[in-house]
Amino acid sequence: MNDRIHPFASLLAAVARGITGVQVQWAGCEPDEKQRIYFANHTSHLDFVVLWSALPSDLRAHTRPVAAQDYWEISALRRYVVTNVFNAVLLQRGVMAQAKSPEEARYAGRALIEQMAAALGDQYSLILFPEGTRGNGEKVGSFRAGLYHLALRRPDVELVPAYLENMNRILPKGEVLPVPMLSLLTFGKPLQVEPGEEKETFLERAREAVSSLRRIGSA
Amino acid sequence: MMLPAIHDAKLAWLFGGVLFLLLVSTLIGRWLKRRRKGEANRATIDNLNERIRAWWKMCAIFALAILVGRVGSLVLFGLISFLALREYMTLVPTRRGDHRTLFWSFFVIMPLQYYLIGIQWYGFFAIMIPVLAFVYVPTRIAIAGDTAHFLERAAKIQFGIMVCAYCLSHAPALLLLKIPGYEGQNARLLLYLVIVDQMSDVLQFVWGKLLGRNKIAWRVSPNKTWEGFFGGVLSATALGAALWWATPFTPLQSAGMSFTICILGFCGGLVMSAIKRDIGIKDFGRVIEGHGGILDRIDSLCFAAPIFFHLVRYYFVP
Repeated sequence: MNDRIHPFASLLAAVARGITGVQVQWAGCEPDEKQRIYFANHTSHLDFVVLWSALPSDLRAHTRPVAAQDYWEISALRRYVVTNVFNAVLLQRGVMAQAKSPEEARYAGRALIEQMAAALGDQYSLILFPEGTRGNGEKVGSFRAGLYHLALRRPDVELVPAYLENMNRILPKGEVLPVPMLSLLTFGKPLQVEPGEEKETFLERAREAVSSLRRIGSA
Repeated sequence: MMLPAIHDAKLAWLFGGVLFLLLVSTLIGRWLKRRRKGEANRATIDNLNERIRAWWKMCAIFALAILVGRVGSLVLFGLISFLALREYMTLVPTRRGDHRTLFWSFFVIMPLQYYLIGIQWYGFFAIMIPVLAFVYVPTRIAIAGDTAHFLERAAKIQFGIMVCAYCLSHAPALLLLKIPGYEGQNARLLLYLVIVDQMSDVLQFVWGKLLGRNKIAWRVSPNKTWEGFFGGVLSATALGAALWWATPFTPLQSAGMSFTICILGFCGGLVMSAIKRDIGIKDFGRVIEGHGGILDRIDSLCFAAPIFFHLVRYYFVP
């Protein structure tokens, strides 16, 4: 692992900022060296790059996206971009659904959490889209359980909600060419799993924390 | 590249006048800041100073573009169109099915409009958006297949292209006009339009702040008053008339032109305010400090430019 930012990553970040003209609001916290998991709504391929580019440059070198292996390993170019340029953590989607027994599913799930915990190490932060897939921008979908388990596994890491506005209109699912509308990125107040809090309660609270940061109404 | 504008003494006088105004207003702003009292005043004065600072930057960019010549003006106005269209489309609700149409608006229709001015093809420039884009936009949305709010969506997109690209592009298109006895001096005509239009906005604001009592359309824009309107329009018209020496007009013609620019500028501001009211926002964006967005600054120009262009073309181009 290296701590330097790939020049191509900086270039892509600049392009993404240019297209989206993103304005960044730190509404619930300030940029910080602390290890964090930034979790946000997901509607566009540009989401990660925009969120990443919104961080101060000294934090960017230590912030890694979590991405779906099945999607990003389709071509050599994709794999290069995601692993070499952005130093992403690639997770296998759907391993738990494919498992033959509940036992095996639990084991696969735990392996994913361990993989993310290891990727955090003692200095990295992660960018996570807990919906697990891109939505249509109308409503933040329900969160996968990974966020909850990872939060329990690494209670020392801060969980920061973020809302990306308008990204579904800039580059929606299924489109290749972006429309340069303006976007707004709001970081909210960090949250944590309360003692004894149920998985579903926490995930709904986290989803609400992201959703409540929305400023512009839906179409 | 040649810089013919640099040898234009009258143009230099116009810019000198703008510089003088900026200096005076900066000094007044400083003076007000030192003797201000009370919180409400403070916010107004800070906003005023912010606006003056932004004016310095805008004037510097504009002067540079004019000095570079036709290409400079086209690039500058093309960029302004782009930013304005971006603010507009961001705030006007569109649907997923509009994506490709919007892409075309930004990256084909809008640049083509400015390219047509660049190659001086007046006939195509005049009909491209009102005729071709008008047919293209609803067709493309129909092909995309989503019929919900169809007419609304097509109208919103067409209106955005009309205002931000078509109307505004008439300002740099002034450089195309071949006015006998005025060859190579059209940059001054563009500057004249922008000065009168923007000063009309500023003076309406100032008169409104000083004397404003009776609101014109309080539902649409609470800041527009009859006192501000008359004071602003009359003083900006007087200013425009006094600038006749920079134009192909006589003093009386210049007063008429300026009056038209002021009235249309007012209409533009009113219409854009109505749109903002409808969407439920105060400003279109936050790009220029103190001014709201780009579109808030140029709304008056969008309405004034095409009419001014055609008046000049009708009466002064044989």
